[in-house]
Amino acid sequence: MRMKLLIANGHLIDPTENQNSGKNLLIEDGKVAAWLNQNEKMLEDAEVFDATGLIVAPGFIDLHVHLREPGQEHKETIASGCAAAVAGGWTSVCPMPNTSPINDNAAITRYMIEQAERGNLANVFPVGAITKESSGNELAEIGEMKAAGAVAVSDDGKPVPNAGMMRRAMEYATDFDLPVVDHCEDKSLTSGGVMHEGKLSLLLGLKGMHALAEDLDVVRDIILAKETGAHIHIAHISTKGAIEAVRRAKNEGINITCEVTPHHFTLTDKAVEGYDTNTKMSPPLRSDEHLEAILESIKDGTIDAIATDHAPHHADEKNLEYDSAPFGIIGLETAIGLAFNELVHKGIVDLSRLVEMCSTNPAKIFKLKNRGTLRAGSIADITILDPDFDWTYRVSESKSKSKNSPFNNWNFTGAAVMTIVSGKVVYRK
Amino acid sequence: MNKPFRRRDLLGIRHLSAAEIVGILDTAENFREINQREIKKVPTLRGKTIINLFFENSTRTRTSFELAAKRLSADSVNISVLSSAITKGETLIDTALNLDAMSPDCIVVRHSSAGVPHQLAKVSKAAIVNAGDGANEHPTQALLDAMTIREHKKKIKGLNVAIVGDILHSRVARSNIHLLTKLGAKVCVAGPKPLVPNDFSHLVEKDLFVSANIEEAIEGADVVMILRIQRERQDSAFFPTLREYAIHYGLTQERLNLAKSDAIVLHPGPMNRGIEIASEVADSSRSLILDQVKYGVAVRMAVLYLATGGSASNE
Repeated sequence: MRMKLLIANGHLIDPTENQNSGKNLLIEDGKVAAWLNQNEKMLEDAEVFDATGLIVAPGFIDLHVHLREPGQEHKETIASGCAAAVAGGWTSVCPMPNTSPINDNAAITRYMIEQAERGNLANVFPVGAITKESSGNELAEIGEMKAAGAVAVSDDGKPVPNAGMMRRAMEYATDFDLPVVDHCEDKSLTSGGVMHEGKLSLLLGLKGMHALAEDLDVVRDIILAKETGAHIHIAHISTKGAIEAVRRAKNEGINITCEVTPHHFTLTDKAVEGYDTNTKMSPPLRSDEHLEAILESIKDGTIDAIATDHAPHHADEKNLEYDSAPFGIIGLETAIGLAFNELVHKGIVDLSRLVEMCSTNPAKIFKLKNRGTLRAGSIADITILDPDFDWTYRVSESKSKSKNSPFNNWNFTGAAVMTIVSGKVVYRK
Repeated sequence: MNKPFRRRDLLGIRHLSAAEIVGILDTAENFREINQREIKKVPTLRGKTIINLFFENSTRTRTSFELAAKRLSADSVNISVLSSAITKGETLIDTALNLDAMSPDCIVVRHSSAGVPHQLAKVSKAAIVNAGDGANEHPTQALLDAMTIREHKKKIKGLNVAIVGDILHSRVARSNIHLLTKLGAKVCVAGPKPLVPNDFSHLVEKDLFVSANIEEAIEGADVVMILRIQRERQDSAFFPTLREYAIHYGLTQERLNLAKSDAIVLHPGPMNRGIEIASEVADSSRSLILDQVKYGVAVRMAVLYLATGGSASNE
């Protein structure tokens, strides 16, 4: 018998079809079968989910996570990371290659996808390394990784320091139609740094990471992308200068996209007061002027996507001196709450733009076919949102194996209340 | 967090009010005389336990805290942990909780990382006293500097103070900037540009200025505070050589002549003679470097007394 699920009485938002009104959605065999008018007679042979008062959207896709498997399973596994993902409303996640060993070959790429299939929750689309061991010296086998399922390449936390190598990487990646994702940081300007360089770093006596480190690398990448024609995607953009550079490049027609993390559109370096190591991440929390620029660029469309940069670290590693603690926080389960609190309810974006940043655009950026849309025939990855749902985040209840979040005990209004992957309900709040 | 004497942590000068600072200084004045007695011991802190937990080398500060505790009859224990917590396999928090489980009244902590005392204060029952954390603060140093200045200038309000040297990496500079501006002095900081970022002028709301060069900072100063150049910073290319530093930024008699004729010279020690300070200046009657060390014991007696439950003189 064919599996049928009818999501009835919901408000359907799908920017790919300019859809933003009440529709029933029929799912059959893991695919979207049809959109039905809400006054049409209910199908008798379908299971019905009543979505009255809820937003039905194409499944959210997180372009930037760290799942730590293989190699650092004490921080996270692909199974635990995917459980956190679906609990946060994400139907697909794209893990960065800084596993141990580095995902710089097809065998590891394939392993990650197989582990995800075993977990059977969220889809996992790995990002392969640009260079072998992300050392910046030799190109990794990018073509083989693509054949195994990689959707982009990046040396994430160890950005390619050498413009010559980056040029070759961009040229080569275009042969395989893969976007090059760059964590933009000129490390000569951030060496030893642990927080944004500015008044607060001076006040707290912590070594600063200058905003120019990001600006310079973004500008370099834009120049190289213009020359090579590659698609460059700027990871976790966080500075005013970088945003202005991306805006200019887009106006010039350069093939560039960018993402922002929820913590960068929520917090500033003021959060570092008190030396909580869960405020230490890279790029660091920036100052007010950068936050203003981020909100402005979310509003005007310069920023394409929201990505979490979910970076699990064990408590034993985070419970160290601020200087010694590793960079990064978990974010899969708080992203949508933060987006509602900081963006939707403050009038920075409407729901349609939220869906665009969390689903439509991510699918386009990593060229994920039949995802990021609910048009008939597409894969039935669906995120159902309740904009009025009041809840409190308790990190102790997180599905992630790690608990390194600065948002413990934060109150949110708005959540993903149901997550559906390939037509199957994998999470319900 | 429920903790007795929670307000008695001394994590820095930044969060103290002018009245609280004066309260500590006045308390220190009361303890000063004990250090000149034949029998330098009073029973004030009998039965109290103080742990000096030093993760960084220190001779002067550690000895000063230890003497302060002993002269007040507290039981004090010194622990030097020169290997980092990570290499030991024990986290900082573990170390602190283990010591705290032995019920000390106060833990005096020094660490090369900023914020360690703040992190410990969140988990410990004992009062935490910061004896220097990275480039953040060194509150007892600023208090003993203030005591020295008060002794010789009879006031702090209205004084012009020049702080010269590696401001960027200096916890002494930060604590002094907070203390002196809270008490109404005007502070000018100066040194090689890579070590004196312009953002420093925004560190406090008023009375702090970044001078274009050290001569401008010293001109008309009542107090010239010279910071130690840490030789290990040489690696990071903030300035080319110690030789060049001595020539362009060292406090020579000639530069000191730009200050007021009765200006005093302070240095937190240990000095690099002939580099940041010329020996003729260090050894002159204007230099109060040994007075600073002397008052250090009284200031630390006051701080330990207040941290373990005593009341300040103005309370």
